Amino acid sequence: MAVTVVLPRSLVSLIPGTERRSTVEAATVAEAIDRLDERSPGVRNRLVDSGPIVREHIRVFVDGVQAELATPIPDGATVHVIPAVSGG
Amino acid sequence: MTRTLLLVGTRKGAFVVDGGRDRRDWSVSEPMCDGWPIHDLGWDATTGSIYAGGGSPWYGPAVFRSDDLGGSWTHSSEGMTYGDDGPKIPTVWNVTPAHGAIYAGVEPAGLFRSDDRGATWSHVAGLREHPSRENPGWQPGAGGLICHTIVPHPSDPERMWVAISAVGTFETQDGGRTWVARNRGVVDCNSPDPHPETGQCVHKLVMAAGDPARLYQQNHCGVYRSGDGGESWQDVSAGLSSEFGFVMGSHPRDPDTAWVIPLSHPEEGRTAPDGALAVWRTRDGADTWERHGDGLPQEAAYVGVLREALSVDRGDPAGVYFGTSTGQLYGSTDEGVTWVRIADNLPAIWGVQAIEVD
Repeated sequence: MAVTVVLPRSLVSLIPGTERRSTVEAATVAEAIDRLDERSPGVRNRLVDSGPIVREHIRVFVDGVQAELATPIPDGATVHVIPAVSGG
Repeated sequence: MTRTLLLVGTRKGAFVVDGGRDRRDWSVSEPMCDGWPIHDLGWDATTGSIYAGGGSPWYGPAVFRSDDLGGSWTHSSEGMTYGDDGPKIPTVWNVTPAHGAIYAGVEPAGLFRSDDRGATWSHVAGLREHPSRENPGWQPGAGGLICHTIVPHPSDPERMWVAISAVGTFETQDGGRTWVARNRGVVDCNSPDPHPETGQCVHKLVMAAGDPARLYQQNHCGVYRSGDGGESWQDVSAGLSSEFGFVMGSHPRDPDTAWVIPLSHPEEGRTAPDGALAVWRTRDGADTWERHGDGLPQEAAYVGVLREALSVDRGDPAGVYFGTSTGQLYGSTDEGVTWVRIADNLPAIWGVQAIEVD
């Protein structure tokens, strides 16, 4: 299933080869991250903590609904990866 | 003649501060490492690589590497995990090249090793297998439960010391498989038992030049010296304005010379005592101390200096440098007697490392 993944600017700047908007074949959030990691090694490590779970201050949305790694992604959906509002 | 660079880790990125060949006119780079909080930077002279350890609140821990003196960086934390069932690692506190490997001390306290110049990491599990982690347990200091200092033996790759707050000093003699607590004689002033095997809050550990058996430490509860590789320690705080401080530096050639920056009582601010900033130097192996504040602010300077934020270069005379938690960077090119302000408006400084390059 082809899905669109939108990454934050700070992650694209951090990892060479990544793009703000990509299309991958994935059925879950975890699979989408794995596909991006295959293209640009390091993506998974920056977004996924031990558990495995999405890192504490990263938010993932599937078609606007907050999601976890196991969340299914419908064909044609858009996945947004967004840094949470935190810091100082 | 070499050029002196200061590698500066801050709450908002790393900086390279270039002192040229005469250590007089300093220039500050733009922030590096994508503005990540960087606790510590290390220099591998054999490969000409800079390593920067830190952690992003969003993207987790990482060690950055630059092979062109900060012009470009790569980063990784691949393998830097205690496993899916273990505690999460938010940040790297120390990165130290030694004997062809790179070591990283992390929070919660543990040690990782890379044999491919930081691309992948493996857990040096023996440290966290020390029985004291379960009983009586490892407790965090105010900065967290952190492995913040790594002191390799200069010639024996099997030997290394690490320091953990608030747990103490440990030594391995078998390449990290097993570790021994090295805290005998160090007081735990925050415990009903002042002499436990572990629980001492070591803040910084340094080795004397040319004498791997001579170690010094700035502890939460005093400054200490060991003449036997940490098997026993003697309190050498007498004469200092305060027993408390974070940083300590040792001379590149003279085993009897070292520097500390005493701070006010830990429950009373942890800043320069009476608002007068000073570096204290010993030239007799810490039997006596001399105060040096010439060039440093002596009024209303309520600044702190954190544990990685002092470094000594290999010049002759040696240069001494330190950064404050309010973003001032100071330097001395006469072994800590007179001081100049090198930079002012940096983010909170966490780490300073002086290096010499061609």
